[in-house]
Amino acid sequence: MSLISAPHFRPEDSVRKIMLTTCAALLPGIAIYAWLIVPAILTQLLIASAAALAGEALMLKMRGKPLGLFLTDGSALLTAWLIALTFPPLSPWWLIVTGTLFAIIITKHLFGGLGQNVFNPAMMAFAVCIVAFPALMSQWPSPGLQLSFADQNRIIFGLSPLLDSIAGATPLDALKTALKREGTIGVPELLQNRQIYGALAGRGWEWVSSAYLLGGLFLLQRRIITWHAPVAFIVSLAALAGLLWWFDPSRFASPLFHLFAGGATIGAFFVITDPITGCATPRGQLIFGAIVGLLDYLIRVFGGYPDGVAFAVILMNIAAPLIDALTQPPVFGMKGKSP
Amino acid sequence: MNAAEFKTLAHNGLWKQNPCLVQLLGLCPLLAVTTNAVNGFMLSLATILVMTVANVAVATLRNLIPHEIRIPVFILIVASLVTVVDLLFNAFLHELYLVLGIFIPLIVTNCIVLARVEAFAAKNPPLRSTFDGLFMGIGLLWTLVLLGALREIIGNGTLFSGIDLVIPGLSPLRLLPENYPGFLLALLPPGAFILLGCLIAGKNWLDARAPRKKTPKASNAEAQRTQNAAEETTAGHA
Repeated sequence: MSLISAPHFRPEDSVRKIMLTTCAALLPGIAIYAWLIVPAILTQLLIASAAALAGEALMLKMRGKPLGLFLTDGSALLTAWLIALTFPPLSPWWLIVTGTLFAIIITKHLFGGLGQNVFNPAMMAFAVCIVAFPALMSQWPSPGLQLSFADQNRIIFGLSPLLDSIAGATPLDALKTALKREGTIGVPELLQNRQIYGALAGRGWEWVSSAYLLGGLFLLQRRIITWHAPVAFIVSLAALAGLLWWFDPSRFASPLFHLFAGGATIGAFFVITDPITGCATPRGQLIFGAIVGLLDYLIRVFGGYPDGVAFAVILMNIAAPLIDALTQPPVFGMKGKSP
Repeated sequence: MNAAEFKTLAHNGLWKQNPCLVQLLGLCPLLAVTTNAVNGFMLSLATILVMTVANVAVATLRNLIPHEIRIPVFILIVASLVTVVDLLFNAFLHELYLVLGIFIPLIVTNCIVLARVEAFAAKNPPLRSTFDGLFMGIGLLWTLVLLGALREIIGNGTLFSGIDLVIPGLSPLRLLPENYPGFLLALLPPGAFILLGCLIAGKNWLDARAPRKKTPKASNAEAQRTQNAAEETTAGHA
């Protein structure tokens, strides 16, 4: 431990600064998303932000809290962005509005507002919508989609239908189908399909994931988050994926694929590091991240849903207070375990 | 039994001690069956029948039943009544019987029935026990119907779906347009929990507002305090 004598500079950390820095760290991911996948993600971000701020303002007014202070703290904005980035980008506008309002009103404010919510609002929005609208939530744009920005917006606002040729399953879904239809086509041959898969994971999506990783490293450097939860998540996911891959490479994808597929990187750096719904103690964060990684792998490979980050995070949110209670660090100066 | 007693029993059953919203008893059928208003209505009807007759039977026999084995005796009475209701449903409303399935036999284990028998009928004369069972049942009925109606409107956009199983020839109402995508979550158990929470919050909110109107005689300071408390409660639930 390094000791530094006074005077100390006080960091200007505030909720607002933390939230807006986290939003800024998402920007590279958003840019790659809009460039390589669909530009309509920008429309979805706007819709989600507007819905989140409207819901936040309504709830603050009903609860008699100061509007200006809490509306500008950026927490609703971060929730909205995470929701927009995890929903299928060409889903109808009301889907993302429903998810966002559920997140802000029920998951956040009914539990007591910022700092009191038990569950991660963004992940709750995803879980609620995938349970309530399973068909809409699994229509992801096909790789190499040729559709103008205007046409994409027409789909979002319901002016033209979402055709089957435009939307399809995610790269993870395709692998799961192969796993269930045992023996017909192996994973290595499947991954050769350059229409769906790139060098690392899903074509295009791998670079979005990499950009989230970059944003996460920026957050680490700014000391907004600590390394514990993301590293535990990545190690646990990679270890499990590696074990099964080593066991049977014809049926399971490599750990590298799993790290860059689906919501693994955005989950590792932006979701499980949430100071409210995650663990507070360093050891707790290690346990939290590791079990989320484990559950995520089990759900995305053997479960019925395209990706498991949301469900894994929600399940662990319930356990976070218990993990915190069991991993209290000893008080400085005391030997052994804390009281 | 005088009018005041009757009024208290009615108020307790329908509102103040409502089995669903206040006592939170019998959540299992509440969650499983209220996917539409008709199912909620019919299951409550069966429960009302069982509760009222069980209360009468227990209240009549209360001085003959040995205290030590009262629970097995109560369960025996309730179980025989449930068997009767089960067979009645099977005979006359067979299709609905198939929908409600295990939840009719499960009325035996419904905590409301045993709770009323043990807490009320075992200590009160038959007439009062009858009305207690009846009003508790009606309290259950309106909440289950309301919850079922909310769940099917939000989940499907329809009201009274499945009514043709009870009254042939009638068809459910469609409240929301045909292309309403349906909020499946409302029809699943989590939706029932969330909506039940909203109903409880609504009841508490109404209760919190009530004293402000009813206490004009209270001194200013006291009225102010009540109002503050009420506002705090409201803010807490909002």
